[in-house]
Amino acid sequence: MLYSEKVMDHFTNPRNVGTIENADGVGEVGNAKCGDIMKIFLKIDDGIITDVKFSTFGCGSAIASSSMATEMIKGKPVSQALELTNKAVVEALDGLPAHKLHCSVLAEEAVKAAVKDYYDKNGIEYDPEQFAQTHDCEHCG
Amino acid sequence: MKTIYVDNAATTKMSKAAISAMMPYLEENYGNPSSLHTVGQLAQEALVKARMEVAGCLGADVKEIYFTSGGSESDNQALLTAAELGERKGKKHIISQKTEHHAILHALNKLEKRGFEITLLDVDGDGLVTAEQVKNAIREDTVMVTIMTANNEIGTIMPIKEIAAVCKEKGVLFHTDAVQAVGHIPVDVKELGCDMLSLSAHKFHGPKGVGALYVRKGLFPSTLIEGGAQERGRRAGTENIAGICAMAAAMKEAVEKLPENAEKLAKMRDRLIEGLGEISHSVLNGSRTQRLPGNVNMCFEGIEGESILLLLDAKGICASSGSACTSGSLDPSHVLLAIGRPHEVAHGSLRLSLCEENTPEDMEFIIKSVKEVVDYLRKMSPVWQDLQEGKRKYVIQ
Repeated sequence: MLYSEKVMDHFTNPRNVGTIENADGVGEVGNAKCGDIMKIFLKIDDGIITDVKFSTFGCGSAIASSSMATEMIKGKPVSQALELTNKAVVEALDGLPAHKLHCSVLAEEAVKAAVKDYYDKNGIEYDPEQFAQTHDCEHCG
Repeated sequence: MKTIYVDNAATTKMSKAAISAMMPYLEENYGNPSSLHTVGQLAQEALVKARMEVAGCLGADVKEIYFTSGGSESDNQALLTAAELGERKGKKHIISQKTEHHAILHALNKLEKRGFEITLLDVDGDGLVTAEQVKNAIREDTVMVTIMTANNEIGTIMPIKEIAAVCKEKGVLFHTDAVQAVGHIPVDVKELGCDMLSLSAHKFHGPKGVGALYVRKGLFPSTLIEGGAQERGRRAGTENIAGICAMAAAMKEAVEKLPENAEKLAKMRDRLIEGLGEISHSVLNGSRTQRLPGNVNMCFEGIEGESILLLLDAKGICASSGSACTSGSLDPSHVLLAIGRPHEVAHGSLRLSLCEENTPEDMEFIIKSVKEVVDYLRKMSPVWQDLQEGKRKYVIQ
């Protein structure tokens, strides 16, 4: 099989699918031209992510990565969500094929983009370096 | 769970006839046709008989059939043959078109590096090129035109007879990759008027790893593989006797049953096109009329092809897609891009390629399943949400 059982589980039964009305932070990354877009919605109370939802256009690993990432940050402080790495998502999924690793990068970036949106909306100061894009896609340009 | 295999353009299940034809040459008659003893000569006889059958199916002479390892090898050998002839004559221009199989396109890239100039003709929205386009592209230094008989992704059938006539008139060699056509639509080399034609056994219920190249009399194929004098010195290596016999049997059966099977497949194909066409913002890829009897290829806006395949597979349906994720590259199918589908739409393609073992009931199950899967994926797609909210414009109306 191309994918691990974990990936197939999160793909066929994705957790936290949907949107949040008046979300405290929304992050969208990716490009339809490249074939994947991830959008993450955060509900934040007292610095804690109390709810998270996602919608994803993409392949099996993109959907599974989104699902896993939302599960990993739900109930966690925002500061901890910022520490989520694509590597951690891949490990939690029991691995992804090499040419699918960018899906986990998108998941990490979608979470960060949503947190950045939350910071921006609430005038919370942050170090822009924290949000430097690591995902370099010559296609999306 | 019942498996519904609708990926026959990728490969087919071997027919009973092909398996029975193959077995004796794996068990008792394992000889090498080049050996003088009885065991070897039995294999030699089988080879002669298989070549007669294959030639007969194509309307060719036995001396015009060269057995190869399959479609890709045949394509490569055909191009090399034309290239070496061109080099001798100082003609270094080759014409092809954008939706060819990679066996042609990548071999052409290699020839380009060797100093050839390649013209790749554009196709129209249905994936067709015209004889007129070919005629206008032929130059003094054109050595060959190579245009596929039918496309492997979108099933478009090219006007090969007309193109071959133009080439003949201009004195240019014509090769056609008929891998998807042989056994599915009538293919007669004399009637088509081609100089070379490639075919592959596993596309018509024969085994993988065996195919043939037709080369008309008076033209001598260049060698891709050096060694012994097999295939009249044009393709070295001990013949794959079991595979060749199985290919001949499969081909004979496919050609004999062609009218009956094509009618059955076309009916199921039309039902799928009709049923899947009910899905909003979906479009058929390829020509509605000039189309292989078993090919359906559609794009569904707002979703990605690999997800469709995985969910269909979970329902027992084996299909394929031209999305980047399934091609293993960053770009979606070059064929879908060539017929004008934008990247974001080409990512959401689904190909269903039928065979005579499929049933009308299978088609109903496929239509129901694809509808469910498309609906489910659209519900979680931010692209679909944007389309519905008017934040993004529909490409497929």
